[in-house]
Amino acid sequence: MANQTTTRGRAGTGTQGATATAQAGPVVSPLALMGYLLIGMYLGVIFVQSEVVSWFRIQEMFRFQSFHMYGIIGMAVAVGAISVQIIKRMGITSATGEPIKLSPKQWGDSRIPGARYWIGGTLFGIGWALLGACPGPIFALLGGGVSVLVMALLGALAGTWAYSAMRSKLPH
Amino acid sequence: MRRAGIAGFAWISTFDGWIERPMFESLAGPWPWYVAGPLIGLVVPFLLLLGGKVFGISANLRHMCAATPTPERWKPSFLKYDWKKSGVWNLTFILGIFLGGFLAVQLIGMPDAGQHISEATRADLQALGIQDFSGILPTELFSWETLLSPVGLFLIVGGGFLVGFGARYAGGCTSGHAISGLADLQLPSLVAVLGFFAGGLLVTFGVLPLILG
Repeated sequence: MANQTTTRGRAGTGTQGATATAQAGPVVSPLALMGYLLIGMYLGVIFVQSEVVSWFRIQEMFRFQSFHMYGIIGMAVAVGAISVQIIKRMGITSATGEPIKLSPKQWGDSRIPGARYWIGGTLFGIGWALLGACPGPIFALLGGGVSVLVMALLGALAGTWAYSAMRSKLPH
Repeated sequence: MRRAGIAGFAWISTFDGWIERPMFESLAGPWPWYVAGPLIGLVVPFLLLLGGKVFGISANLRHMCAATPTPERWKPSFLKYDWKKSGVWNLTFILGIFLGGFLAVQLIGMPDAGQHISEATRADLQALGIQDFSGILPTELFSWETLLSPVGLFLIVGGGFLVGFGARYAGGCTSGHAISGLADLQLPSLVAVLGFFAGGLLVTFGVLPLILG
């Protein structure tokens, strides 16, 4: 489907890189920002109290020794999928009146099919298991007072920068 | 384990005298999967309905790099874009996650995940030399002291580096691919999630025994 948004889209150089970029809409109102802040706070509390921020729980998951993490991710996907279907089928618009569109992920143009997904995904999985935290939990743990994770965040920013620098040489 | 509380906010009297306790300690985790999972899943429609935004956290790492005050010529083209326009909502969202983490610990308390994991996991980790199961993380691996050791540096900074590199390469992390992508039945996201697991299993059964054993 063609991009029907009226934004001037200065994201041009890297539209494949981030879904958020493609989602850029009109200027966000302060009220909406308050909404995003509250949804984030809600999520941060759940992240901590469900223990998905815990290195122990990630180990338990990768060792297939508890249903806890699988149950959480599975239920989150189920609730998310049902919500997306309802929104799509009923043509529900966002609070600001725009149609809600989810852009399909692109397969990329590499000769290796889906290279970015399985190579990038595997590298991410290695990092996830070493650190025991993915990006969301890094921020929740920092807020919770695990200050050493600021070094993990700096590492993640360095990794993002390194990817950005060598992006044109990597198969996507 | 010591629980932090907001001073003057949550003092409870006991026979032992005055001790500091979080206000809503009875809500302490672990929240079961059938409660936490659906609550996390609801973030997907919340963000879509509020502003048509797709749940994804790792894009913020790109926004933060793009926002870094460095000379433009140092920046790769992937980091030259209007991050304020595309990223402010998401940066506000993760500020919320940070504050949520703070409130969760201050008002309820940091759950002792090490005490709640399965016996089998505990035994496996003990075999790798981990002894401290008292908190949310094994402190003998994750602390400012261990950051100076090769293993600590590798786990914390090396792990962080790969999280950042891999998430941007794959175009998403656990939220963007495993939750948003799978919820929208995106095949590329399924490939990415299989990659997450391939990498995680490699570390769990290959790398950790090597560096901790």
